[in-house]
Order: sequence, then structure tokens, then C-alpha cells
Amino acid sequence: MKGLVELLVVPLTYPFMVRGLLAAIMVGIVCSVVGTYVVLRGMAFFGDALAHAILPGIAIGYLIGGGTQGPLFWWSMVTAIVTALGIGVISKGARVKEDAAIGIVFAGMFALGIALISTVRSYAVDLAHFLFGNVLGVSTGDLWLTGIFGGVVILTVLAFYKEFLVLSFDPILASTLRIRVELLHYLLLILIAMAIVVSLQTVGVALMVAMLVTPPATAYLLTRRLPTMMALGAFIGAISGVIGLYLSYYVRVASGAAIVLVCTGFFILAFLFSPRRGLLWQR
Amino acid sequence: MAPFASRGVVHKKGTPILELSGVTVCYNGRVALEDVSFRLEEGEQIAVVGPNGAGKSTLFKVIAGVLRPTKGDVKVYGHEPGGHICIAYVPQRSQVDLTFPVTVADVVMMGRIGKLGPLRWPRARDWEFVHHCLQIVGLADLANRQIGELSGGQQQRVFIARALAQEAELMLMDEPLTGLDLTSQEEILRILDELRNHQVTIMVATHDLSLASERFDRVMLLNRRLLGIGHPQEVFTPEHLKEAYGGHLRLVQSADGIMVLSDTCCGRGIER
Repeated sequence: MKGLVELLVVPLTYPFMVRGLLAAIMVGIVCSVVGTYVVLRGMAFFGDALAHAILPGIAIGYLIGGGTQGPLFWWSMVTAIVTALGIGVISKGARVKEDAAIGIVFAGMFALGIALISTVRSYAVDLAHFLFGNVLGVSTGDLWLTGIFGGVVILTVLAFYKEFLVLSFDPILASTLRIRVELLHYLLLILIAMAIVVSLQTVGVALMVAMLVTPPATAYLLTRRLPTMMALGAFIGAISGVIGLYLSYYVRVASGAAIVLVCTGFFILAFLFSPRRGLLWQR
Repeated sequence: MAPFASRGVVHKKGTPILELSGVTVCYNGRVALEDVSFRLEEGEQIAVVGPNGAGKSTLFKVIAGVLRPTKGDVKVYGHEPGGHICIAYVPQRSQVDLTFPVTVADVVMMGRIGKLGPLRWPRARDWEFVHHCLQIVGLADLANRQIGELSGGQQQRVFIARALAQEAELMLMDEPLTGLDLTSQEEILRILDELRNHQVTIMVATHDLSLASERFDRVMLLNRRLLGIGHPQEVFTPEHLKEAYGGHLRLVQSADGIMVLSDTCCGRGIER
């Protein structure tokens, strides 16, 4: 028993571990709350694309700030919101199919980001941080930004809970109840963008979609009510962050990857053993 | 918070619940509805009949204010439908994601959102009202089930309860009987009868000519244009039916009147 406690406490003696854990917990919660709608509305590809598409914003912030976090965050935020709205507009009036339009924007922006970062000499290391996250490099200032913007995202989702619910379940009903369907849709895109930006440092661009999709999808298998799905998803996201960080500390694997692998593990468990929808109970 | 939703406009006194004048709807260069004009009385139940692609769903969407007419006017109690929250569109089950994690009571509560207004959570009174609506459609016992666990007929009744929770005065039901067995159909028709006590005006899209003529106050025959509206005997004449269904329909003169044999249905499951 003493051994176990020690195992859990020792990493906490490092301030960077404590900050990393706090960041991972917040990210797990924020991403799962927004991700619930990403899963239910089939927007996983949009989420993945948006995360990749903000790379040029990160690159510019990085080149301007010379590695300091401030400009990085704000440039990412602006790029994310503009891209989210841009994809929203393009996919509505596009002459090509929606997923093709998203794919074009996503790859083009991602390439631009890589091109920009490649102008710097320490290119490979920095790019790896942006792509796969560096949760142990989170500063106190970053924590504040994550907390504030994450809080705004969650409060907004709660404030418009029933409107988002109707919009996702039955858009025609939303429209006959005279809810502003388009406005709310764009608001949701902005919330997804904000959730992605606050999670950048934790899991990075390339694995972001896992934080948005995997915990809520796991929760989906375990419940039949939306509020439970959201809460359970948030719990799974947060606990995966914690377990993932400890794993990364002891097993010495990349933190972002460890967190995502734990999420995936939970999903597989739910997929097999979920009381109602699990594979094992269906003959 | 006004930009996110509206509470609905005030009804103008002395105006009909629904009046269409010269409504034409085009999309993608195709004419879906052409010059449709009619007027409904409060509390009446009318069946909308026509072949697939006749524009029944389009008509409902224009009336619900979800789609704007290309030409012509839709007036609900004297105003454009876009401002009203008293119009309910009861969807076909196939239009809704039935694996969504919501219970029967949750779905019915969605209808209350217009009355609740933004930034308000449902209170005990609202849940009581939801329960009351579920009682009317006979589903109070299933309130806590996930919507996908119910049978097709029960799901259709949930959507009717949701329209009741919306306190809809005009209900547009898009083929509520399609794909249901006879018992479930009868159950829904019983609910329609019950709704007569609630002064709800109802339009039902259906393929079933005999049901339309037996169970509704008036019938409407639609094939892009309005071919007839009124009593079944006046509307379902051989000429009108030929015009609506073209060569797909066989009319057989029999002792009790005209027998209609239709082969218009295809790819939509069983229709009885």
C-alpha cells in the first residue's frame, strides 16, 4: 500500500508534473463536453481537420514570439476561429461535397504551417511539440488561459444546452421553434475551435481528434441520456489524462500519446463490456 | 439572448389559422409546388393525398416556415409562419436519429423549449406537462425509455406528444402511418380523434385513399398543383385521380362505387 502511495505521490513533487496534470484534467473535461456534440453530429472529421488547420497560426505565433507562449496562444485562437467559420461557410455553399471541401482546407493549411515552421533551424523538435503536444512544458500562465477559455466553453454549452440538443436531434424542430439554427451552428464551431486551442499543448495537433471523440464515444456506449454522456465523457477524459501522464512518467513514452492510448483503452473496454451495447452481450 | 430564439408572434383575431395564396416553390430548378391556394378552418382534420414526389413534404415545410415560398403567401393567423411557435411538424421516423441518447420524456420536453425561452431549465411544472402529453398518447409508462427502444408506432406517438408539449395549434404530420401495422395505425387514428377535443388543426400526409376519405373532415389531392380540396366524393373523382396518379392507377367501377388500385408505392416498405 505504501508503495502504491509513493508511486502516485513522487511525480507530484515536480511542479511541472502538477501543472501537466491540471492541464490534462481541464483538457479532458472541456474536450469531452464539446466532443459530445462532435460525436452525436458526426463532426469528427471536421474536428480533426480544424486541429490540423491551425498549424499556420501556431507557426506565425511561434515565429513572432520566438517560443514564448503568449503569441502562440492568441495566434492559434484567431486562426482556429477563422478557420472553423471558414469551413462552415465553405461546406454550406460548396460546389464540391462537404468532406472534400474540409479535406482541401485542412491539407492546404497544414502544409502552410509545416512550410512556415521549416524556415526555422530547430524545425524538427519544435514541429514535434506542436504535432504531438508537450504537456510537461505547460506554464502557470498557460494553465490560466486554459482555465478561463475552457470555463467559457463549458458555460456556453450549459447555457445553450437545450438549444444545442434540439439542433442536434431534430433541426426541423429547432427551426419550427424559431431557434436560430445557423447562428447556433456557428457558435458550436467556435466552441470546438476554442476547445482545440486550449488542448494544443496537451495532446498536440495530430492527436487532438482523439480527445474530442474517444471519451464521449465511450460514454455513449454506457448511457442513454445526454447529460450523463457529457458528464461521463468528461470524467473519462480527465481520468485518462491523469493515468496517461503517470504512464508517461514511469514508462517513458510521449505524454500526448499515452493519454490518447488510455482513452482508447477505455473505449475498447466499453465496446466489449458495455451493459447494453457491448459486443459481448450481443450473441 | 433574443438573437438565438423568438417567443412567437401574437395571433391576429378573425384571421384563419392557415391561408395559402398562390404558393409556388422551386428548388434546384425544379418546381415542387405550383400556385397552391387554400384555407383551413380551426380544429379541422384534413388528409393530404398524392403520389411520391407530389410535394407533400415541401408543402408542410412551407407551412411550417422552414422553407420560404418562391412566390405567393403563407399566412398563419394573419402572419408569416416564420414568427410562430404554434406550428408543429411531426416528422417521419426515418428523418430522425433514433440512436440519439435521449429518453422519451426528453424528446417530448424538446417541444417545450419555445415556451421555456432561452437560458431557462425545465421545472417540475414543465415535466408534469410533458407527463400529461405522454398520457394523452398513452405512453406515460415508457417515459424513461431510450427513444430507440420503442416500436415504430410508439415512436410516432412520442412525436405527437412532443407537438402537444409545444402547445401546437396546427400539426403537420408527415406520413405518420407509413410502415406501421394495423394495430399501431388504429392507435394513432384514435389519438387523432382525441385531439378533436383539444381544438388542434391537423394536416396528415398519407398514401391511403380509403383511410383519407373515411377518417378526415376534408381531403386534399396534390400533385405539384392542388387538384382538389373538399369532401372525398368531390375530390376523389376518376378525372382528378387520373391527373394525380397518371397511368399508375387503375380505376374499377364496382357496386359500392369506384375501386382504386394503386401501384405507386415503391421502396418505402409495407404500406397498408
